[in-house]
Amino acid sequence: MIVLNINGNPEQIEADPHTPLLYVLRDDLKLNAAKFGCGLGQCGACTVLVDHEPVFSCLLPISVLEGRYIRTVEGLGTADKPGPVQRAFIDEQAAQCGYCIAGMVMRAQGLLEHNAAPTEAQIRDYMAPNLCRCGTQMRILRAVRRAAKAMTASLDPIHEASK
Amino acid sequence: MNAPAQVSLTRRLFLATGGAVVVSFAVAPSGAVAQEGAMPAAPGTPPLPGSLKTSPMLDSWIAMDGQGRVTVFTGKAELGQGISTALIQCAAEELDVNVDAITLVTADTERTPNEGYTAGSHSMQDSGTAILNAAAQVRGILIELAATRLNLPANQLHAKSSAVLADDGRSVSYKDLVTGQDFHRPAGPTSPLKDPRTFTVIGKSMPRVDIPGKVTGAPMYVQDMRPDGMLHARVVRPPNYGAKLTQLDTGAIEKMPGVVKVVRDGSFLAVAAQGEFQAIQALHALSADAQWDQTGTLPDPATIYDYVRALPSNDTTILNQGAPGQQGVRALRATYHRPYQSHGSIGPSCAVALYDGGKMTVWTHTQGVYPLRDTLADMLHVPKEQVHCIQVEGSGCYGHNAADDVAADAALIARAIPGRPIRVQWMREDEHGWEPFAPLMISQAAASLDDSGKIVSWQYDVWSNTHNMRPAGPAGNLLAARYLAQPFPEPAPQPIPQPEGGGDRNGIPLYRVPNARVVSHFIPAMPLRVSAMRGLGAYHNVFSIESFIDELADAAKADPVEFRLRHLDDPRARDVIMKVRDEFGWETNAKLPRGRGRGFAFARYKNLAAYCAIALELDVERETGNVTLGRVVTAVDSGQAVNPDGIRNQIEGAIVQSASWSLYEEVTFDRNGITSRDWSSYPILRFPAMPASVDVHIIDRPGERFLGTGEAGQGPMAAAIANAVFSATGARIRDLPLSARRIKTAIGV
Repeated sequence: MIVLNINGNPEQIEADPHTPLLYVLRDDLKLNAAKFGCGLGQCGACTVLVDHEPVFSCLLPISVLEGRYIRTVEGLGTADKPGPVQRAFIDEQAAQCGYCIAGMVMRAQGLLEHNAAPTEAQIRDYMAPNLCRCGTQMRILRAVRRAAKAMTASLDPIHEASK
Repeated sequence: MNAPAQVSLTRRLFLATGGAVVVSFAVAPSGAVAQEGAMPAAPGTPPLPGSLKTSPMLDSWIAMDGQGRVTVFTGKAELGQGISTALIQCAAEELDVNVDAITLVTADTERTPNEGYTAGSHSMQDSGTAILNAAAQVRGILIELAATRLNLPANQLHAKSSAVLADDGRSVSYKDLVTGQDFHRPAGPTSPLKDPRTFTVIGKSMPRVDIPGKVTGAPMYVQDMRPDGMLHARVVRPPNYGAKLTQLDTGAIEKMPGVVKVVRDGSFLAVAAQGEFQAIQALHALSADAQWDQTGTLPDPATIYDYVRALPSNDTTILNQGAPGQQGVRALRATYHRPYQSHGSIGPSCAVALYDGGKMTVWTHTQGVYPLRDTLADMLHVPKEQVHCIQVEGSGCYGHNAADDVAADAALIARAIPGRPIRVQWMREDEHGWEPFAPLMISQAAASLDDSGKIVSWQYDVWSNTHNMRPAGPAGNLLAARYLAQPFPEPAPQPIPQPEGGGDRNGIPLYRVPNARVVSHFIPAMPLRVSAMRGLGAYHNVFSIESFIDELADAAKADPVEFRLRHLDDPRARDVIMKVRDEFGWETNAKLPRGRGRGFAFARYKNLAAYCAIALELDVERETGNVTLGRVVTAVDSGQAVNPDGIRNQIEGAIVQSASWSLYEEVTFDRNGITSRDWSSYPILRFPAMPASVDVHIIDRPGERFLGTGEAGQGPMAAAIANAVFSATGARIRDLPLSARRIKTAIGV
């Protein structure tokens, strides 16, 4: 048995240690956000954060994840109380079919935890591993910029007061 | 957020039964199932608006319970295009209820009208029009009921916020008016529609009802279903189209952890297991064990265009006017090619099926629950009443991808394991390798200019396979059915006739050409599996015609925007072009930095739906041929705009998706099979290559009929890119995609 820290909760997992994290999240823990897209680390639909780094959960076996801090979209907020990145995606209406969106939100979250004020080029480079087929990328870029602004403002009372 | 209006999986599976007037779907008159084309009117019936033609009962569309909650039924599917939100807006506007009071039920063969396929940008035209008119007529019924209740003439009453108000100050709420089967009556030929100038919901951007769930991990997709007792299954597809399973030893595989059953029927091979990863491991073991007789080879990819063009074709002259052979002072001729291209859904196709008590229930992201039901029934040799198809969202499909095929897979496996829900999802390499691709296309354009720089004659020929192999009854359109021990033959391909057209969609120019001939060459034989992809033939034909128009403008030494306007009479076409010209700041003979180009293109989708014009600029790096997209400016006229931000989202998406198709995408194959089986062998546009900006300008036409938006942008975007590459480099590239290698070769660096 392996104990995983998922969104701050210890979860006891019975699965084969070779099982990629994605299947444990979806099938054992019934968390829907991370999606199977390719199983090859090429599309990012399965992106989650491990110790603040975006990873492809479709490839990463749970055997290497004990004790590490794993976060999924479910850990960022809910439809009633969305987190700042989720809020920005809603405000920008940054989804069509939305199958890629949980992965996009997690990669954006990872970016903004490393770099609170990314440039446009830094956002585009950082988001490059994640694919969207509906063509929602222009909105996703706007959502990341909006989230960066909102998160910076909430961290910085002087900036907030000066608005 | 508007929680009550959310179309989540749980809500969709919830059947409201407590109220007074929830009536299950009234059976529609039988008739042809609409494919990509318009809904046919049943003979002898009055010309009702939209899909009321085929499903005239008002309670097929709208139900209201004793709490005042409204259920709206649509036979169309939410595919990520935002149709749910726009349909809720139509109902809320004409019913005078808050959007939060509405629950929308999408395509379900036991609950909703049969609206055929959700395709061809028809949803607003068919379903939106039906719901708009049904809602207005239901409001009329509620006012009549109130008139009786209040003993007042109807003209002293009006509806507002789920109530009928009288001029004398009295009011009665909808929930107190509905008592029984009030809406169980056929729609009348006319509806008391509101004056569009009074609209408060239609024409205003409304946040999409599905987005909060999608960004927070709600169970929105068929992929997220996990009913009790569900098993995960995977299908072992053959190595290529013609392969047959010869030998298989399943003994060791059936002992693998979690494996419940190996299902084999001829060359259809699948495995079901308790866990999803267990099913995948068993799939890999089965793939390694299975022996196939690999007969049949594909044509040589190096000469594929010549090969396809030499196949027998059925030729139809779809336009013949004046003297097409008329000579001017300057003649041009050009040939354009488009390769096989992939829908490339991010999520491989998925379905859940349950065979229980002789009934097959299938949860599916198909675009057409009714035609899928009929086709599954044929495959399973059961009456169609024993098959129930329920549409649940999946990953975006952009046309006929593997959604129907995976539903067939799930049904076959479920039949072999009764009583257990079976969830099947395809693997990435199968989605890329087995989906029905957008057909390869070839076109040839010839035209003459007179000495005033006007087009005097036009000849256009287009060669294409069918763009419609969608299931419509015979099982052979489902992939698995062709590999069973008792295989179903693939039905003969059929063209989609004009005016909508298939391979010849948008083959007729909208420009004024006095002498013109357009011939559609329909090629029945299909070397690769093909079917409908967003825009069908319009993508290639608009690419060809709008490239050729630029070539003609260049030959006439005219500005390409002015040249288009010179040949266009339709004021709405002119309006989108002039809007883009002005918003982009298009100047004749603008001086651009070295390596930069600008391009313009226009089309009216199908020549009868939305108008779209695009101007863009881009930079070409001469050493590599790499294109960097700059700003993109577009204008669209979709008739009456219902959800403007929804239209913007669709057009932005069309522009980005078409940029990807047009710059990168080509299905690859060798004699043994498809070789583009993942995102490294079939690359698509990634974030660093996105345009600098995309500005969408909507020309709203209040009161005009809905024209549909989903497919308006793809063709113009392809041509605008090609025209801009010409502007940047002087090289005219007539073959898609405009890859860096192709551009580098063309400019000869």
